[in-house]
Amino acid sequence: MQALSEYFQMGGYAWFVWPAYALAAAGLIGVLWASYRAWRAREHEFAALKTRAEDAAPP
Amino acid sequence: MHKFANPTFFMRIANAVYPWAVGISVLCFVVGLPMALVTSPPDYQQGETVRIMYVHVPSAWMGLFVYMVMAGGSAVFLIWRHAIAHIVARAAAPIGAMFTALCLVTGMLWGEPMWGTWWVWDARLTSMLILFFLYLGYIALGDAFEDQERGDKAQALLALVGSVNLPIVHYSVEWWNTLHQPAIFGMSGFSVNAAMLWPLLTMVGAFQFYFIAVLIVRVRAELLAAKIRTARFSMAAAG
Repeated sequence: MQALSEYFQMGGYAWFVWPAYALAAAGLIGVLWASYRAWRAREHEFAALKTRAEDAAPP
Repeated sequence: MHKFANPTFFMRIANAVYPWAVGISVLCFVVGLPMALVTSPPDYQQGETVRIMYVHVPSAWMGLFVYMVMAGGSAVFLIWRHAIAHIVARAAAPIGAMFTALCLVTGMLWGEPMWGTWWVWDARLTSMLILFFLYLGYIALGDAFEDQERGDKAQALLALVGSVNLPIVHYSVEWWNTLHQPAIFGMSGFSVNAAMLWPLLTMVGAFQFYFIAVLIVRVRAELLAAKIRTARFSMAAAG
């Protein structure tokens, strides 16, 4: 238990090491999430347009 | 090479690459993070803060690499008018901006305990900040033009002109006095101990394949957006 808390203290530099990794995770996951969502949104938009075009087309 | 300019062909390759890029990136993170955070040794001078290197250095490399992709795509777009090259450049920009921002903040978090300051206006740090602003300018320019063709051209030109900053970033530690340590990767190979080199290279791999995967997702979105624009236009024309 003590070894674990010692590990998380990072030799007294915990406030520098952990935020660096937390921010890296936030940046990487944030851009991934935003990019994925934008792609899905375009896909839905395109699918909706397609059905609208098919409905509008004469039989 | 011009075969790649065909969006359908380009996407067929990209879709084949995509699962590999995702898999390799995840694998590198799974292997690299425990090495970076647990098993790699503390530095004899810098102690545990050296662990910041494993996110700081890959971010810096990717900040530069993504800009090279962007400038390369812009050059192909300006010379051969291949639209897909511009789409790749546009899709890469936000990812590169994120990497550069990460490099700057993790550098500050490393600088404060080791140098005693969050920031110095020396050549390396300043040129990296300029790189970040170049990304932001490039992204902002994309929406600044009413006429899309002119906007695309202006963006590509900015990316090309901004690429003069790349050698400045790289050589800044040699050309000017700086607090920043010299480059790890140089003409004479790597200047890092193997116990630190492997976690570092694994993290670089993780970031690199992350970039490829996210880039493909963004290119898909951009191509769909273009399709939607054309569909809207033809529907409006048809009444």
